[in-house]
Amino acid sequence: MSSKKGLHLTLKIWRQKNNKSKGQFETYKISDVSTDSSFLEMLDILNENLINDGKEPVAFDHDCREGICGMCSLYINGRAHGPDTGITTCQLHMRTFKDGETIVIEPWRSAAFPVIKDLIVDRSAFDRVMAAGGFVSVNTSGNTLDANAIPVPKEDADKAMDAAACIGCGACVASCKNGSAMLFVGAKISQFALLPQGRIEAKRRVLNMVKAMDEEGFGNCSNTGACEVECPKGISLDNIARMNREYMAAFIDKG
Amino acid sequence: MSKLDSKIPAGPLKDKWKNHKDHMNLVAPNNRDKIDIIVVGTGLAGGSAAATLAEQGYNVKAFCYQDSPRRAHSIAAQGGINAAKNYQGDGDSTYRLFYDTIKGGDYRAREANVYRLAEVSANIIDQCVAQGVPFGREYGGQLDNRSFGGVQVKRTFYAKGQTGQQLLLGAYSAMSRQIGKGRIKMYNRHEMMELVIVDGKARGIIARNLVTGELERHSAHAVVIASGGYGNVYFLSTNAMGSNVSAAWKIHKKGAYFANPCYVQIHPTCIPVHGTQQSKLTLMSESLRNSGRIWVPKKLEDAVAIREGKLRPENIKEEDRDYYLERRYPAFGNLVPRDVASRAAKERCDAGFGIENNDTKEGVYLDFSTEIMKKGKEAAIERHIHNPTEQQIYDLGKNWVEEKYGNLFQMYEKITADDPYKTPMKIYPAVHYTMGGVWVDYNLQSTIPGCFVIGEANFSDHGANRLGASALMQGLADGYFVLPYTIADYLSADIRTGAIPTNSAPFEQAEKEIKEKVDFFINNKGTHSVDHFHKKLGHIMWNKVGMGRTPEGLEEAIREIEEVRNDFWKNVRVPGDKEGMNTELEKAFRVADFLELGQLMAIDALKRNESCGGHFREDHSTPDGEAERDDVNYKYVAAWEYQGKDINQEVMHKEELIYENIEVKTRSYK
Repeated sequence: MSSKKGLHLTLKIWRQKNNKSKGQFETYKISDVSTDSSFLEMLDILNENLINDGKEPVAFDHDCREGICGMCSLYINGRAHGPDTGITTCQLHMRTFKDGETIVIEPWRSAAFPVIKDLIVDRSAFDRVMAAGGFVSVNTSGNTLDANAIPVPKEDADKAMDAAACIGCGACVASCKNGSAMLFVGAKISQFALLPQGRIEAKRRVLNMVKAMDEEGFGNCSNTGACEVECPKGISLDNIARMNREYMAAFIDKG
Repeated sequence: MSKLDSKIPAGPLKDKWKNHKDHMNLVAPNNRDKIDIIVVGTGLAGGSAAATLAEQGYNVKAFCYQDSPRRAHSIAAQGGINAAKNYQGDGDSTYRLFYDTIKGGDYRAREANVYRLAEVSANIIDQCVAQGVPFGREYGGQLDNRSFGGVQVKRTFYAKGQTGQQLLLGAYSAMSRQIGKGRIKMYNRHEMMELVIVDGKARGIIARNLVTGELERHSAHAVVIASGGYGNVYFLSTNAMGSNVSAAWKIHKKGAYFANPCYVQIHPTCIPVHGTQQSKLTLMSESLRNSGRIWVPKKLEDAVAIREGKLRPENIKEEDRDYYLERRYPAFGNLVPRDVASRAAKERCDAGFGIENNDTKEGVYLDFSTEIMKKGKEAAIERHIHNPTEQQIYDLGKNWVEEKYGNLFQMYEKITADDPYKTPMKIYPAVHYTMGGVWVDYNLQSTIPGCFVIGEANFSDHGANRLGASALMQGLADGYFVLPYTIADYLSADIRTGAIPTNSAPFEQAEKEIKEKVDFFINNKGTHSVDHFHKKLGHIMWNKVGMGRTPEGLEEAIREIEEVRNDFWKNVRVPGDKEGMNTELEKAFRVADFLELGQLMAIDALKRNESCGGHFREDHSTPDGEAERDDVNYKYVAAWEYQGKDINQEVMHKEELIYENIEVKTRSYK
């Protein structure tokens, strides 16, 4: 048990029964939060207190709590995944906050991500964009080439890996003033565009994914770069540039 | 009469799978769209199975409790996936991977299954590369490999520290393609509540829509359970918070045998528990053991000074450090298998040498300083730097480590606020993977006809212990390459059956029972939250059914779990409504199942009077503290049959394990 003194905090949390009802902020006090706790553990304690008081706990999305599943979200003090950079909310620790602080907690803010309850939003639009082309059209029979028959330059493989590291959490959309999903889509387009396996249907892929992205109601990119700043996995804006190049080439080719 | 027929095909080991495939019944392509299949869970096993079955032309309905199949917990696997490719020319082969896995599994797995796993492992890599999984590469464009605990070849393929993520996204991509074509109907934020059996066959499920709270009936000609492991019985584990045993436990209660529940893998390299507010443990990839040396102080007074914050580990002299794995296991050193490394850490901490400043005094060091200097010297030579300074060597070495493990080091620093480049990481074992699960035959079918179980949810091909980088291998092997063949054999009898109606009595009954439970939870005016009971269970499990087990402790655990379970059903409080989203209600159903399974785990552990892989009985150990297996009396799979509410009444069936191709030996890593 840590002997450090716990934090006393005021929390302003968005409460909303479902996607049809109107939401509002509620204020809660919480004390003795260990600075070694994660942000979500702090919310666990709050929820335990609420249940003991006969109230409904705050609903929030979370799962692996290791920064990799992309399930957690939360807008904390006006920033996606909170004040620290390069991490998801589950990896945000309470030592980042000061005793006596007021923390404002909201769900992802974007028309394409409607609120389901409290702090939980519906991100299934991402799945639908993926279903439009986020794959290599190869059957999973196992009757493919030997893996080493497709050599890939290390630099390309590394860059593809950097793009593929996207966890689909939606922080990019939530941080963008236009609600654009171009960092997410650009990352997937880049991963496949950089690899020989994905090159063959690259044009078809980018046209289909961009079309699906627009249909879901995501906005356009205006190069503000907020998405890159708030991305927990450091996905670079270069991916948006690559997607635009791929799109232009495919579009001209199609026209 | 026991229903345990393993259905292992006849013939020589290396031809069994091929012969079996050649003789199984098929469903012709034009008949496949007359068949519906339900897949519960969308991790590596479920996702790959759903994608492949849909490609083949079956109608697939896939279910996951998360908001997207991309979030299944397979995503968190870090280190890599094994395959017998022998790309490194260091003597690897199908046989050697088979042998290492059987040995690593403490000779408690089926020869035929493990051989098949090793055989298809090479296809997995080919398949994933074809899908665009960005594995690590050499400068020449070829795939790179690393080595893992328990083996002496380099056969592990990796994508940085995010291998599970990339493999899962590969399976999710393949699924997405089929979802886009309408071949898979995906049910996100849905949980399986019950299996429906019609005329003795699995014919559907009752699912709960977690957003609306509605109960839904879904029918199919076969049901595939791919719901992962049950490590969250312990409350604190490396599993995702939502990972649960419910799907597997529900089918157990409907007649599927549950095998070897006591086999739980304790992973040696996790970040130690920080305090009572902790919800979750975080793994540091096992691949770090390639470069890190594990130690505790040699002197008791140094350990005390470290715990009190009066001494820094960097200031303890080399000769005052106890590199206990290198001392005890010179042949494998820091790369001994997970169960051996975990127990050795516990032994040192129990003896008072633990270094963490908390109430448990648990924790050992994983130190990279030797590797940083070694790699720094190598890099200096490569760069023709003559007479480099200590600082130059350190900087070059740090760069090397950063490139290899950077994301893990960053993750560690975010969680602990310690810089692992400067000071050793603090690690301690934690519950990770479960080797027990639903008993299945060679075709991956449970004792319920038409109910198949794949991946971590079945009792697995790994036996008592599981080596690193093999869970990903099993998940994908089952889903891509085994189940799609074996399920066809079963379904070939169903091409004239037609769609299964959902208005039959078994569906009515199953839905009614779930409705009653929902009403009970919502209306019970209890005093304590679901987590309160889950934490109590976890505490008992970790202390008495954890790394070291004694008959007395297990008997106490069985009694105590039963008390907690009775208390739960009297005093649990679930706030909110049954309509709409209710996360506490979701948890209540899962914890109810954990409480039953926990008790069975303790019963199974008590019954197995030997030490074996992930099951260590302190009363069955050698004088120097090593595990003592009993092959004469316990070389079997324990498969438990449910007998109604009282878990103590479960009946154990034995599947004797027969080894024809390898000699059963004492597992030694000295």
